[in-house]
Amino acid sequence: MSEQTSHAEHEHHIVSPAVYVVILLALLFGTGLTVWASFLELGVWNPVVALAIATGKAMLVVLFFMGVKYSTKLTKLTVIAGIFIFLGLISMTLADYMSRAWGRW
Amino acid sequence: MAEAGGPHHEEHPSYQRHHFETVGQQADATNFAMWLFLLTEVMFFGGLFTAYLIYRNWYYPAFVSASHQLNVGWGTANTAVLIFSSFTMAMGVWCAETRRRRGLVLCLGLTFFFGTCFLGIKSIEYHEKWEKHHVPGLHYSLQSFLDPASDPEVYKEYHDKPMSLDMARHTELYFFLYFAMTGMHALHMIIGIAILGYMIFRARAGAYTSGHVTFVENFGLYWHFVDIIWIYLFALLYLISRHQ
Repeated sequence: MSEQTSHAEHEHHIVSPAVYVVILLALLFGTGLTVWASFLELGVWNPVVALAIATGKAMLVVLFFMGVKYSTKLTKLTVIAGIFIFLGLISMTLADYMSRAWGRW
Repeated sequence: MAEAGGPHHEEHPSYQRHHFETVGQQADATNFAMWLFLLTEVMFFGGLFTAYLIYRNWYYPAFVSASHQLNVGWGTANTAVLIFSSFTMAMGVWCAETRRRRGLVLCLGLTFFFGTCFLGIKSIEYHEKWEKHHVPGLHYSLQSFLDPASDPEVYKEYHDKPMSLDMARHTELYFFLYFAMTGMHALHMIIGIAILGYMIFRARAGAYTSGHVTFVENFGLYWHFVDIIWIYLFALLYLISRHQ
C-alpha cells in the first residue's frame, strides 16, 4: 500500500543556506538596479524596465524562497495556472477599456 | 502494515492526520492548499493593480505629479528591509527543517524585527502625507499640484508644471489607490507579524523542530508572497513616474 504511493510522492527537498544567500544578494542587486534605471530617461521604456526587473525579482522569490523549483508538479501547475489566469484577466480588462474609449484613453 | 486510518498510532508520527497515508502526502496537500489561498490573494491585489493601471492611463499627468510626492529613498529602504526579512524567513524554514531550535527562534525574531521596521518606515511616510493633506477626504489639499513651487522639497527635484484644477483633482485618486494598496499590504504585514509572535513563542518550546515543519513552511510562503506584492508596489507607485 505504501509502496504504491511512495515513489509518486515528493521527496522533501531542503534548500541550502548558500542558495538563500545568493538569492538575497541577487534581490538586493535587482533593487539597486531598478532604482538606478528609474533615474535614466527612457521614455515609455521606464515602466517596462521597472516591471521587467520586478518580475525577475518576483521569480527569484517564487522559485527559491518559496521553493517552487523543488516542489511537486501539482504545485508548479497551480502557480503557473494562477499567473496565467491573472494575466488573462488583466489583459482582457485593459483591452476592453482601451477599445471602448478609443482615442480618449 | 497499518491500514490508512487504522488505530495504530505508534506507526506514524503524532502530527500525521489519519486521513493521510503518509506524512509526505499530508505535506503536499497542505502546500497545495496554501498556494490556492495565495492565488486568491493574487486576484485580490490584482484588482487593485488593474484599477491603478487604468486610472494611471486616464489621468496620466495627475498620477505622475502625485507619485513625485513619494520619497524614493524611503521606498528603497523599505524594499531592502523586506528582502532581508524574506531571507531571514527562508533561513527560519531551513532551521526548522534541520531541527535547529535556537536558530529558528533567532530567524523568526529577526523576521519579526524587519517586519516591524518596515511598518515603522511606512508610518513615517504616511505621517508626511497626513501633514501635507495628501490623505484623500475632506481635508485633501491640491496646493502641491496647482502651485508646485509652493512645495519646494519636491519641486527642486522634479520641476512639475502647475496643473489645471480639473486634472489636479485626480491626484486624490492616486492617493486613494496609494493608501488602499499600501494599506492592504501593511495589513498583511501586521497579520504576519502577529502570527510571527505566536510562532516565536511556540518555537521556543520546540514545536517546529521535531519534524513537523508544515506551519513554518506555509507561513514562509505567506511572508514571501507579501514581499512579492511590495516588489510590484514599489515599482508601480514609486519608480515608473519619476520622469515625464
